[in-house]
Amino acid sequence: MSLAINNLHARTGQRDILKGLTLEVPSGEVHAIMGPNGSGKSTLAKVLAGHEDYEVTAGTATLDGADILAMEADERSRAGLFLAFQYPIEIPGVSNANFLRAALQARQPEGVELDAVAFYHKMYAKMDVLEMNRQFTSRSVNEGFSGGEKKRNEILQLMMLEPKFAVLDETDSGLDIDALKVVAQGVNAMRSPERGFLVITHYQRLLDYIQPDVVHVLMDGRIVKTGGPDLALKLEAQGYDWLKEEVLVTA
Amino acid sequence: MSTTFSAGDIDRSKGDFFFPERNKYDAGYGLTESTIDYICDVKNDPDWVRDFRKRALKVFHDKPMPTHWATRDLENIRFDDIRYYLSDGQKPKRSWDDVPEDVKKTFERLGIPEQERKFLAGVEAQYDSEAAYSNIQKAVSDQGVIFVNSSEGLKEHEEIFRPWFGKVIPTGDNKFSALNSAAFSGGSFIYVPKGVKVKHPLQAYFRINSENFGQFERTLIIVDEGAEVMYMEGCTAPKFETSTLHSAVVELVAMKGAKLQYVTVQNWSSNVFNLVTKRGIAHEEAEVKWIDCNIGSRLTMKYPGVIMKGRKARGEVISIALANSGQHQDTGAKMIHAADETTSNIVSKSISIGEGRATYRGQVHIPRHLKNCKNNTECDALLINSSSRTDTYPAITVRGNQHATQHEASVSQVSAEQIFYMQQRGLSEGQAMSLSVNGFINDLVREFPMEYSVELKRLIDLEMEDSVG
Repeated sequence: MSLAINNLHARTGQRDILKGLTLEVPSGEVHAIMGPNGSGKSTLAKVLAGHEDYEVTAGTATLDGADILAMEADERSRAGLFLAFQYPIEIPGVSNANFLRAALQARQPEGVELDAVAFYHKMYAKMDVLEMNRQFTSRSVNEGFSGGEKKRNEILQLMMLEPKFAVLDETDSGLDIDALKVVAQGVNAMRSPERGFLVITHYQRLLDYIQPDVVHVLMDGRIVKTGGPDLALKLEAQGYDWLKEEVLVTA
Repeated sequence: MSTTFSAGDIDRSKGDFFFPERNKYDAGYGLTESTIDYICDVKNDPDWVRDFRKRALKVFHDKPMPTHWATRDLENIRFDDIRYYLSDGQKPKRSWDDVPEDVKKTFERLGIPEQERKFLAGVEAQYDSEAAYSNIQKAVSDQGVIFVNSSEGLKEHEEIFRPWFGKVIPTGDNKFSALNSAAFSGGSFIYVPKGVKVKHPLQAYFRINSENFGQFERTLIIVDEGAEVMYMEGCTAPKFETSTLHSAVVELVAMKGAKLQYVTVQNWSSNVFNLVTKRGIAHEEAEVKWIDCNIGSRLTMKYPGVIMKGRKARGEVISIALANSGQHQDTGAKMIHAADETTSNIVSKSISIGEGRATYRGQVHIPRHLKNCKNNTECDALLINSSSRTDTYPAITVRGNQHATQHEASVSQVSAEQIFYMQQRGLSEGQAMSLSVNGFINDLVREFPMEYSVELKRLIDLEMEDSVG
């Protein structure tokens, strides 16, 4: 069981962004993707989720063997792929609770109603882990939320939807250290042998709290280096320049 | 005999079915003085009503189409191809068991008897020109509440009916109020005596069954001092090849300290011209509130109004309009302040889908000699597709410097990023769109009685399902 990406090429408009990206995240593992600005990190997240602004020109992406690139965005979600957005979207007038219910209802077989009582029990339990006030259930999705509240809300959705694979796109951006710890706590609570994570981040800081099994470095649309957690520490200490030189040498 | 309908039988637009006509009375095509005589004879109208109708007919013919401000689509109404009165000649029944089978089945499919059992104090069900069923809970009628159709009202309760009939909306108010005044049949007459608060809503349902037909119901509701009532109306018609005309007049009178709420959830098929005049008078400290939801029809023109005639009277219009391709919802509100310290509130939200067009027209009038009047107007439009259209024409006249008015308007669009976000959580594009639209009108839907807000949400979901591929 894995999220497998092979030789993925993608572009937006006339610009090629992913240029042959290959990586595989087996279930049960947490992989981090680091890389300088503009290397294609967020593009990878959006391409996997099926954003219509991006066109896949070559390569494959499969989730437990199923071709997710052939699916609509909502099918990918129901197939078990979750994306925690870097900039979560506001949905005025739709309460958080109703949104989550609708998302869970969409996963029910035809004609089966979600058990409302069980739903609320579960939601409240998850909110407690994330130290979220109960009032967030009746507030409109992300509307008027602070940056940190939005990120917690993403993790709440992750915890409720229980995907097979979760892509976290710069979940640490805009978080202070306390919020970061809480968010990491939520993610760590979701780690399990049946679930894989792809954690996209610019900074090593997040990886102190969500410890990765594998660290990949993305540059110019390709994975240029893969290593253990110590790779992230080295990048934090030395930046990316040494790696750029290394890439140039091998190229 | 009972017939069950298979799922395939029931069209997704719940009202799109009809039964064969079996009319005993058919006024034929076109509207002339002899048509009026025919209607009067069948209905056994008193002379004053016959005179009233004939004067109205003349006004109708004399008045031009209001196409100098309204859509030219009005010119497509073929008045000579419409039948102005159709009925089976039966009196309204007090029990559903006595209602003819096809009519009963119609209303059962629309869920009316079920709603009546669950939460209504009385129901009037009109089929083409006349009421087929009319019933009021005994406990409510024992309090002196009258709830009958207009034909019965003008005959049996002339002393209450006649002083107000045509006074809130004079015949010559507009071409279609004149048309209704000439050809009216059916609609409700309600009187709530002093101090009586009717706990559960009274409901009327207007059903068109026949092709090439015009429905002209006439409703008059009088709520006496300190009394309260909520009235709800629903309407549907099957979709015929030719267009259907619905032109109602609704007059409301709230006496001192009375409260009157009028709720409409219309779901006309997409070939109905729905041209309705609705207005209420609020006396001292009285409140008239219109809650209006316009779904369906080819063209709806409807601007519920309140004349605040007594000190501290309040008027309110809460309006939701949904215009799909081929539809034009031209709706709004009129607030006429005619006394000191009167307050009015208009909240209008429209949704345009596909090539649909929503127009808001609002009139607020506060004259110079009054003191401390307040108006708040909010109108928000949501556009779903790039070909959707919305227009806003507010006309606010406030003279004098002792008043407070506030006007807010917004136009927004469901963003692709919003839809993508919801899809990423597993909702289909259609579900995501529905959720966005429901979110947009959520605060207004709460104003509807619970049972109706559920129905409303369902209707919106149906409309949205169709709007995305």
